[in-house]
Amino acid sequence: MHALLFLLLLLFGSGILALCLQKSAKAASFVAAGGCIVSCLIGLVTVIRILATGDFPSFHAGWMVPYGSFSMEIDALSAFFLIPIFLLAALAALYGIGYLSAAAATPVSCRQDAGGTYLRKKKLGGVWFFYNLLVASMVMVVAARNAVLFLVVWEIMSLASFFLVTFEDEKEGVIEAGWTYLVATHVGTAILFVVFLLLGRYAGSLEFDRFMASSEDYSHIAGILFLMSVIGFGTKAGFMPFHIWLPEAHPAAPSHVSAVMSGVMVKTGLYGIIRIATFLGPLPAWWGVILVVIGVSSGILGVIFAMSQHDLKRLLAYHTIENIGIISLGLGLGMLGMSIHSISLCVLGFGGGLLHILNHAIFKGLLFLNAGAILHSAGTGQIDELGGLMKRMPWTGATFLIGSIAISGIPPFNGFISEFLIYVSALEGCVSLHAHFAFVCLGGICGLALIGGLAAACFSKAFGIIFLGEPRSEHGAEAHECGIAMRIPMIVLAFSCMALGLLLPFGMGFLSPVIGVITGFSQQELHLHFAAYSGTLNVLVVTGFAIFVIVGILAFIRSRILSNRTVSSSVTWDCGYAQPMPRMQYTASSFVQPFTSLFALILRTRITYSPPQGLFPQKSSFHTETPDRFREGLFRPLFEGINRGLSKLRWLQHGRIQLYVLYIALILFILLILKLW
Amino acid sequence: MTSFFDAIMVLLILTNLALLGTSRLRTCIHICALQGLLLGTLPLTTTIELISFRAFLLAGGGMVMKAIVFPRLLERTLQDTHVQREVEPFIGYSISLLAGIGLLGFSLWLGSRLPLPSMITSPLVIPVSFFMMMVGLLLIVSRKKALTQVLGYLVMENGIYAFGVAISPEAPFLVEMGMLLDAFVAVFIMGILMFHINREFDHIDTDRLSVLKD
Repeated sequence: MHALLFLLLLLFGSGILALCLQKSAKAASFVAAGGCIVSCLIGLVTVIRILATGDFPSFHAGWMVPYGSFSMEIDALSAFFLIPIFLLAALAALYGIGYLSAAAATPVSCRQDAGGTYLRKKKLGGVWFFYNLLVASMVMVVAARNAVLFLVVWEIMSLASFFLVTFEDEKEGVIEAGWTYLVATHVGTAILFVVFLLLGRYAGSLEFDRFMASSEDYSHIAGILFLMSVIGFGTKAGFMPFHIWLPEAHPAAPSHVSAVMSGVMVKTGLYGIIRIATFLGPLPAWWGVILVVIGVSSGILGVIFAMSQHDLKRLLAYHTIENIGIISLGLGLGMLGMSIHSISLCVLGFGGGLLHILNHAIFKGLLFLNAGAILHSAGTGQIDELGGLMKRMPWTGATFLIGSIAISGIPPFNGFISEFLIYVSALEGCVSLHAHFAFVCLGGICGLALIGGLAAACFSKAFGIIFLGEPRSEHGAEAHECGIAMRIPMIVLAFSCMALGLLLPFGMGFLSPVIGVITGFSQQELHLHFAAYSGTLNVLVVTGFAIFVIVGILAFIRSRILSNRTVSSSVTWDCGYAQPMPRMQYTASSFVQPFTSLFALILRTRITYSPPQGLFPQKSSFHTETPDRFREGLFRPLFEGINRGLSKLRWLQHGRIQLYVLYIALILFILLILKLW
Repeated sequence: MTSFFDAIMVLLILTNLALLGTSRLRTCIHICALQGLLLGTLPLTTTIELISFRAFLLAGGGMVMKAIVFPRLLERTLQDTHVQREVEPFIGYSISLLAGIGLLGFSLWLGSRLPLPSMITSPLVIPVSFFMMMVGLLLIVSRKKALTQVLGYLVMENGIYAFGVAISPEAPFLVEMGMLLDAFVAVFIMGILMFHINREFDHIDTDRLSVLKD
């Protein structure tokens, strides 16, 4: 525990130091990123040792806040969530040095009070301070064992990420994205307050171990508590329809921040749901069904919306929603297993869900870093303006390809392993459960298959349009490979995708204490059930190796064939055109048009189209835009209604200090009178 | 001792009513100073057996601050800002006085209802301290000038002080010193703030600041 407290101090201290050093962008970057990387390495070593030895440390200290205390503990569940946090935070910090130096070098225009603009250089102290604060608060969120402490660090996490999202506030739409995020996260937190207060009311204390001990006391409201925590934490995690902040905030944030937010911060929402579920005693089956349904709907809708996006980071943000759906599907199957005491279903469902949390952190982190590299060198994230980047950015291209394969759940990379486990658990559920639950599992299988297929289609679009072909604008043509500080994290993450794909099947055992914490089953039982599936998992490893070998052989044959021939490049096809140009290539939207027209009912894509006319057509245009259905159809009317309702209370707000004091005094007096009456 | 204590209480009530009925700013400051002086004697009257060094220090510190330093600061501000020497209330003096009487009744009722530890020096002290807080609030709410709001804040603070002294004569010394320091800083900052408001807007009427709202 001392190591963890030390690394929290180190994170915070280096953040403060960066704030003090913000005269020099370079110094601030190196101090803060250095502090972050060192503390994350310490953390990784500590956490792995904790998991290996099974010796779970805890820490208690008093706090002046009523009902609060500095109770922290690293159990297996917390330790498991800490692994991706430390890994991704360290790599993203390294990446951030390179990424932010460009932001600091170019002056940006700023609005002044009088309406004029002036140029200033960005200072990096603030962004690094909030980055380190974000990392520290995520560590605290999974370690906290007191509701007050949890809510405080949860709020710090939200605010730190808000300030990171609004870092590039000179760009259009960034501030609005920040507000969307802030409102969404606070609505979620408000619900969490109610959840924890209700828990505390029945448990008589706000310590987590007391919640756990008095689960019978609130068995009558357990269902409501669970639903509220699904909404509250689901807002952070990005469950549909509470996801609306993700497609706004992820594109707005600097790329290494989006990687951390999408890779690990949204997972703290899932952590919260799992943690709350452990307080609530025996789980009824419908909780699992709810998570499965949310998972399938988030997954399918997420990937469909992802497909119709034109902005790379926005596309990745929708894929985060999709993957959160897959994870929640796995967790739901596990909960279904818990409710009927089927250990094998638990092992497979929770195992698949938890592994996908780790895997998603790695490949989504990688993809966001790739997107950042593209943004950095080509200056745009609009897919339709890019093209042919494979020749100019070979490292980024290769790692993006690995990430794309992994996220689509294709062997031999890591995404496949976790999705495979979820498939197997759903099949297990189909075979062993009652008819109506089997139906849910069947829906899960179909949903997962659909998600996987669509994700593969979507990433063939993203990779194909961005990296293959010819540049579609001068943006793509001017692109160059990024610096070494940005390249190393991408390579490490791509390598992790590969290594985890081959090694995870062997290392499943380390999940059993984690699942033990969630389900309460004993280690021996869990080990036994893991062992039962080891044969299947070994087949996966062998297949993975076989694929690598076959690909290697094919590459070898190709190079042998080409070695004694001359290789030249020429125009791809011209079909009789006199002057083929890059604009004749497939665009992103034409590539996925068959899919988007299939789901047109859900997507409601706005198409502005003026077709070519006459024998010698001149001007014609085609433009599509897919706004978020839930944002446009659900939340905008809702909030506009609230706004209209509240504007009727405008007369209360006069701007007179005297009246405000009067309001406060009146309320206090009324409360006093009510109390004393 | 009790009769002396009660006499001070009655005087405090009178100063409050006088504050509500006074139209001149300078007189208001002087009444506040008088109130501070009266409050300063409170710690000396509550410790019945022996006047301890602690009580002495508290009384001395309080008196110096409230009767000399604050009034001086406020008068300086009054001179520097060259504002009209009138209070300019939202509600008239007679109505303020009537409201004051009403508040006195309300605080007497409060004092009778409030569950308190038995060892209170005088039954008057709780109503009086509540009355002072409410008059302070009334001054803040019903007067235009920022200066009167500082005065209101001071009166409120006096009420809290009286409450503290009366309810636990053994209240931690540090807490009371902290309160004094708090009030000092507040008055100091508000003085500077008022000076700046005046320089920026040529007045210190807080109701005219409402043009700043969006």
